[in-house]
Amino acid sequence: MIELEGLTKRYGSKVAVDHLSFQVKPGVVTGFLGPNGAGKSTTMRMLLDLDNPTSGTVRIDGRHYRELAEPLKYIGALLDAKAMHGGRTAYNNLLCLAESNRIPAARVSEVLDTVGLSAVAKKKAKGFSLGMGQRLGIASALLGDPEILMFDEPVNGLDPEGIHWIRNLMKQLAGEGRTIFVSSHLMSEMALTADHLIVIGQGRLLADTSMADFIRQNSRSFVRLRSPQWERLLDVLNQNSVPFLQTGDGAIEIDNGRIEALGELAARHQLVLHELSGQQASLEEAFMQMTAGSVEYHAHGATTPGGPPPPPDRGAGRQAPNWGAHDQGRGV
Amino acid sequence: MASLPAVLKSEWTKIRTVSSTTWTLACALIVTVAISAALCALMRSQFDDLKPAEKLTFDPTFISFSGMILGQLAMVVFGVLVVGTEYSSGMIRSSLAAVPRRGTFLFAKLTVATLLALVVGMATSFLSFFLGQALLGPHRTTIGEPNVLRAVVGAGLYMALIALFSMGVATMLRSSMLSLGILMPFFFLISQILSAVPGAKNVARYFPDRAGSQIMQVVPDAMNSDPAPYGPWGGLGIMVLWVIAALAGGYLVLRKRDA
Repeated sequence: MIELEGLTKRYGSKVAVDHLSFQVKPGVVTGFLGPNGAGKSTTMRMLLDLDNPTSGTVRIDGRHYRELAEPLKYIGALLDAKAMHGGRTAYNNLLCLAESNRIPAARVSEVLDTVGLSAVAKKKAKGFSLGMGQRLGIASALLGDPEILMFDEPVNGLDPEGIHWIRNLMKQLAGEGRTIFVSSHLMSEMALTADHLIVIGQGRLLADTSMADFIRQNSRSFVRLRSPQWERLLDVLNQNSVPFLQTGDGAIEIDNGRIEALGELAARHQLVLHELSGQQASLEEAFMQMTAGSVEYHAHGATTPGGPPPPPDRGAGRQAPNWGAHDQGRGV
Repeated sequence: MASLPAVLKSEWTKIRTVSSTTWTLACALIVTVAISAALCALMRSQFDDLKPAEKLTFDPTFISFSGMILGQLAMVVFGVLVVGTEYSSGMIRSSLAAVPRRGTFLFAKLTVATLLALVVGMATSFLSFFLGQALLGPHRTTIGEPNVLRAVVGAGLYMALIALFSMGVATMLRSSMLSLGILMPFFFLISQILSAVPGAKNVARYFPDRAGSQIMQVVPDAMNSDPAPYGPWGGLGIMVLWVIAALAGGYLVLRKRDA
């Protein structure tokens, strides 16, 4: 169990992490999601007591990191694939970490085997590819057989086979009742691995919700219509009190609309349609809108001209989604 | 609290599994012994050409450590790399995650590295001394003469302290390149040049290397040099103060700064 309370990190006037409070619970994979520069790595470094928080606290199983006698036996972390000495062999890099926490040397060979690096155990780490470095970092996290594991962007640099392997490894570790905390800037990656989701943007907590809730609230299904008789189409929809949204590219979206009913409605009014299709908004899009909101809140106020996802004009009474209990960071 | 013996063992593994340890320490020994031997042989053949004042204050012990001016630079590199590669490789984050107590971590690292530097320093000073005396022929001294053993042991201590001072500086600066860029010119050029400039001389003699090397002299004011305002142990004490200052600075930086 990891507990953060009002964790804040300032670099001069810039706030990298802004009053973060959440818990990471055992037995599930908790995804830590945010765009680049959102403060994920800074938060993780503060969890390990590498960076000093400006204010707030972190507790690992109720204790401060510095109070852990042999921390590798409580929490293992992959922060940076390059956090090893290049002139030392893979085996020796792990051996000196193991010895400092009184972990038997036999365990070093064991974890090298787990991550598939046994063949290069006696090779110097500087010759390793990014993917191999990533595996070596994961091996160092596993050394103390810890109850808590933390991975910062673990799929970076891994090939598809490696990505598949790390996903399964995380699920397996969570299945053993461990606490798994994994960061990513890719929603699609999280959707495949995480059971719980913590989203941050600009250092603020945007969401703390189960993956299932997030999907339910954010996978909007809608019908997309395009017509050369655009004005008449709008009139017809208004007459029949069908709520709709106009997108920037001249299409119309109707939330939870039925394709059949809309097609028949158009036929009754002899409207020409160029498109009539059922759509499902992706989670990636939901995530981008959520984080774009936090950027918007800080930087521009109301609009993001030319921002990454062209936000549709949410005109007709669209409900603001509820991201969960902790939505104080949302600026929409 | 992490177990100190375990952390010491881990630091020993770190130091013995990188090749820079071997080549820097071997360099320190070979360069010191070789240059000292060459200068001793030269001195034997040129002894008759020395000025009377120089003959009077001729110090056969001190002359057999003359290679240390260059050999100590390898000790500087050793000390800097022991600490600096933690930062340049990023290993420092793994190391501190494993041993979060900064004091324990630094103490273990410096203890292991300094003991190793001391062993190599002692081997260097004794080898340098005996080889130098053999080459000095009729002008030699022996280890049994008054103060000679003190000078030889002192030279070994000097080497270890130079390494420890460099470790302190590297912990403060958190970079091998920056530390070497400051320490190498300092010990090889600035300290040497300033101690020859009349006005700066009185300041330069309080530099760590100048003050510390006093311990290697058996004859006070050897080779007709200016008399120092401190004795051999006083000089070493000044050097120790420098080392303490560097270590305190390094510890504070390690404690306060983000890794």
